[in-house]
This record gives sequence, C-alpha cells and structure tokens, in this order.
Amino acid sequence: MTETALQVYHLARRSVLRQARQPANVVAPVIFPLALLAVNSGGLQPATSIPGFPADRFVAFALAIPFMQGALFATMNAGTDLARDIQTGFLSRLSLTPVRGIALVLGQLAGVGFVATIQAVVYVAVAYAVGVHPRAGAAGVVVLLGLAIAIAIGFGAVGVFMALRTGTGESVQGLFPLLFVFLIISSMNFPRNLIEVGWFRWLATANPVSYLIEGLRSLVIEGWNGEALALAFTISAALITIALAACGLALRTRMTRT
Amino acid sequence: MSAARNGIEVEGLVREFKDVRAVDGIDLTVSPGEIYGFLGPNGAGKSTTVHMLTTLLPPSAGKATVAGFDVVKDGPEVRRAIGAALQEAALDPLLSGRDHMRLQTALHGIPRHERAQRGDELLERVGLMLAADRRVRTYSGGMKRRLDLALALVHHPRILFLDEPTTGLDPQSRNALWGEVGRLAKEEGVTVFLTTQYLEEADVLADRVGIIDHGHIVAEGTPTDLKAEIGRPTVEIMPSDPEQRDRVADILRRFGELVQVSPDSVAVRCAHGDLDLAEIIRALDAEDLPVANLQLHAPSLDDVFLEKTGRTLEGAAAEIDAEPEPARR
Repeated sequence: MTETALQVYHLARRSVLRQARQPANVVAPVIFPLALLAVNSGGLQPATSIPGFPADRFVAFALAIPFMQGALFATMNAGTDLARDIQTGFLSRLSLTPVRGIALVLGQLAGVGFVATIQAVVYVAVAYAVGVHPRAGAAGVVVLLGLAIAIAIGFGAVGVFMALRTGTGESVQGLFPLLFVFLIISSMNFPRNLIEVGWFRWLATANPVSYLIEGLRSLVIEGWNGEALALAFTISAALITIALAACGLALRTRMTRT
Repeated sequence: MSAARNGIEVEGLVREFKDVRAVDGIDLTVSPGEIYGFLGPNGAGKSTTVHMLTTLLPPSAGKATVAGFDVVKDGPEVRRAIGAALQEAALDPLLSGRDHMRLQTALHGIPRHERAQRGDELLERVGLMLAADRRVRTYSGGMKRRLDLALALVHHPRILFLDEPTTGLDPQSRNALWGEVGRLAKEEGVTVFLTTQYLEEADVLADRVGIIDHGHIVAEGTPTDLKAEIGRPTVEIMPSDPEQRDRVADILRRFGELVQVSPDSVAVRCAHGDLDLAEIIRALDAEDLPVANLQLHAPSLDDVFLEKTGRTLEGAAAEIDAEPEPARR
C-alpha cells in the first residue's frame, strides 16, 4: 500500500468509526427520508392517474427522493465533522504529521460512503417490503446502490469544501436550505414532461439534481435507461470532481504548512 | 544543517495579523536537551510563536531554525523532528486512547508491526493503559493532556513543543505531567519548548526562561539568574500590637524601600538581601516591638515580570484579555 493509500485507509477508518459511534448520524438520514416517502406516497398516489404518469404506484416513482435527502444529510454530517476538527485543533494535529491533504478529504468521505451504503440498502429493502421491485432487476439494484453512493459522496465533498472554506459547522448547516431548494425545484415530485407551469419546468430542466433523481428513478420504474444513467453518473462524477478540486484549493489555505 | 541539531534558533521573528503585530521581532536560542520556558500572559504572543516554530504559521519576517532546519524552507523536515501538544488537547471525543495512537502512529509512517507496541508503550508511560479503550469524551482534563503528550511522542521527536500543557489541570495532574516532561529532557535528551502563564511551572521545570510581553521578549535567563538580577527579598512583619505599625515602618525604612503586601503588616524590600534579616530582628528587639508574624519572601518570576514590564503577570493577563483577539490569519 502506498503512503497516501495508507493515510486514506486510516483516516477512513476513523471517519467510519465516528459515524458508527454517533447513531443519530446514521439513523436520522435513514428514518426521516422514509417518513417523508410514506407521507408523499400516501398523499400523492392520485397523481399516478394523470395521463402519461410513468408509474402505477407513487411510492415507486418517489423512491429516488430518499436517496437524495440522504445525500443532503451526508453533506451536513461530513461538513460538520470536519468543521469540528478545525475548531478543536484536531486538524492542526493532523497537519503536524506527514498526512496529505487529499488523504484527509478522501478519508472523511469514506464515512459518507459508509452511511450512504447503509441508507441505500435500507431504502431498497423497504422498497421490496412494500412491493416495489426495481425493474432493472438485481443488477439494477447494484447500479442503484453505486449511483446513490456516488451522489452522496459528491454532496459530502461539497460539505467538506464548505467546512474547509469557512471552518465552522454553522456555515455548513447553512448549506442545507440551499440544497433543499435545489431538491424542491427538481423533478422530485413530478416528471418534467408533465409539469405545466413553464418557469417551474424550465428550472427543473436546468437543475442538475433532476437528472440525478431521474437516473435513480429510471432503474426502479423503467429498467435500463442508458441516457438517464449516463446523465446521472456524469453529473455525479462532475460534482465529485469539482467539489474535490475546490477542497484542494481550500486546503491550501486551511492546512497552511510551510 | 546547523550545529544545533536538536536546538532552536530564532532571529527577528515577526508575525502580523492585519493591524496587530502579535510577535514583534523576537530572538532566542534553545540548546539541545534544554527545557525552555516561554512565559507570558494570555495574548502575549506565545502560541503564535509556537505555531511559527512548528511550521503551522508562516512568519511575516525573520528567520527560525528548528532541529537545524529552516521553518519556512524545510517544513516537512521540521515536522519530522518535532512533536507538539498545542493549546487545548485536540482529541476526538468519539475515539479511544488506543484509536488515537493507532491513527497517529500510522500517519507518522511507523511500520505496522511496531505500531501497537509503540502505542501501548506510550499509553503505559503516561498512565493511561487502563483507560486505553475508553472513549476520550470520558477522560478527565489531566488524562486528555497526558494522551496529548503521548501522541506528540509517537515518532520519537528530538524537540517537543508544549503549548500551555497544564492549563486547567488539578495539582496532581500538573505534577504528573511535569515529572514526565522533566524525565524526557533528562533521560532521553529531548529539547522542550514550553509555553506557560504559570510562574511556578516555569520555575520548577525550565532550565531557562524567556519572558514575552506584547510580542517582545523582555527578559531571558535561568530562573535563578533572572530572580537574582532584581533579586532582593521582601521581609514582611505583622506587629503584635496593630497600633505599632508606624513604628515598625520607621524601623524597616532603614533597610530598604517599603512595599505594600497586606493591610495588617509592613513589608520592606531589603537593600542587602537576606543579610538584612538578622539586623531587622535585632532592631525590632532593641525597640522592644513584639512581632506576631514574620515572613521572608524570596523574589519570584512575577517580581521579574513586574520589574521588566511595570505590571504583575496576573494584571497583564487581565489587561490583555480585555483587548480584542487578533484575526487568526
């Protein structure tokens, strides 16, 4: 194992231990999105009778939403954990070791991946329990988990960037409403082609979050939709790349060492 | 590499934060194996100096070498040579002592087969073996400080920076930490740069002391030399009859300058040191003035601080605490 890989491994181990030892960090991102899914599915089921609606059951259509909400929680958890390290001086301790900045960021994101995996497995299990069987089959479930983890890591990297840039947990938490707005103005609750209000449809079309949701959704209600998946994976990859690059820049200031 | 392989050399070191000159051109030298006490009130520039010497903060001007390496040009080499326990034990409350050791040894690149052994050895040395698997959030302040020290030692540093290591500790924990720091210097030859706002700590631990105030070093030397430099003891006398205070004061005035110590007593800073004590007792006896209590106060580092800055260390801390904090960067 190279030195950097070893550093990533040990920092990832710490990050996973931290998440595992804070049950609220794991339970809340699982429970709240599922509760919202239950409420939405119950209240919006009649929407499935609109001509052209792509699913018979709203719960199948909406299953992608918990994955996105889970990703938002990942942003908060990853960012506030790192902000706490900055505020307590733990980052300075790490700075005095030969640790590389990228190892620090990737290690932190490993915790995000850990929670995202648990979330995704629970969501899929709940889907099966309520009779929603992803159309893409077992292989599709694997891809669904992979995409969900990629999305969570992308959002988590945004949280890590915010923590590095500002150094405070409060600023990281300030991201939540902003990201929530992106979620609301997406195709979260309705397919874009059925949105009749022009400005909302335009916003949902311009909003990259719509394509992440549609990629996840396609595996559940359509089967294999190459275009939707390609868009979702491309946007996830772009989000991860841009956020990691921004983290790298922020680290230069935050982890000042001569 | 300079001759001072395990030492510290600082010349004209400056650090500015916007309008504030936190460290204002300090010079100092710490010899290998020495414990150097950097004494000063809160906000005097102690921690800023430590951050520069440990490579965490680039200096605005000046030059410093640590273990023979330039802190600006040779950051990685400096970090390999030093260990540091910075102000406030920076620990993860969710990890155990052993988890911290495992992380720190791994990040320092200690070979896998040595990591557990090194971690246990240090936990044993700082008396945390029984608590090794407990999460740090259950540790007392003293235990956290001891873990912090152990973490700073995992890679066998030649120079150790301790930034106010005993602030907030009870006397027992403080003594335990002092014992370990003294042992490190004496038995392992580790050079120790210790910042403190406690006079007693500098007095007990340090081979030499630098006193910093408003970013300047105002005095430097061994505690004994510094005290000797201003070194006149004070004799404090409480007469049996409080009505006789003025007569006692008239007698004491012959031996030096009167100083205010407490309302019930009269005190004099002796012009000729301890030698005046016998003469004072004889003079009081000759005047038939019975004494309820007599104390000889040796000069302290606080007297040195007072002499050099015109303020007591405690008063300086209160004054600086009232000023706004400088921006971190």
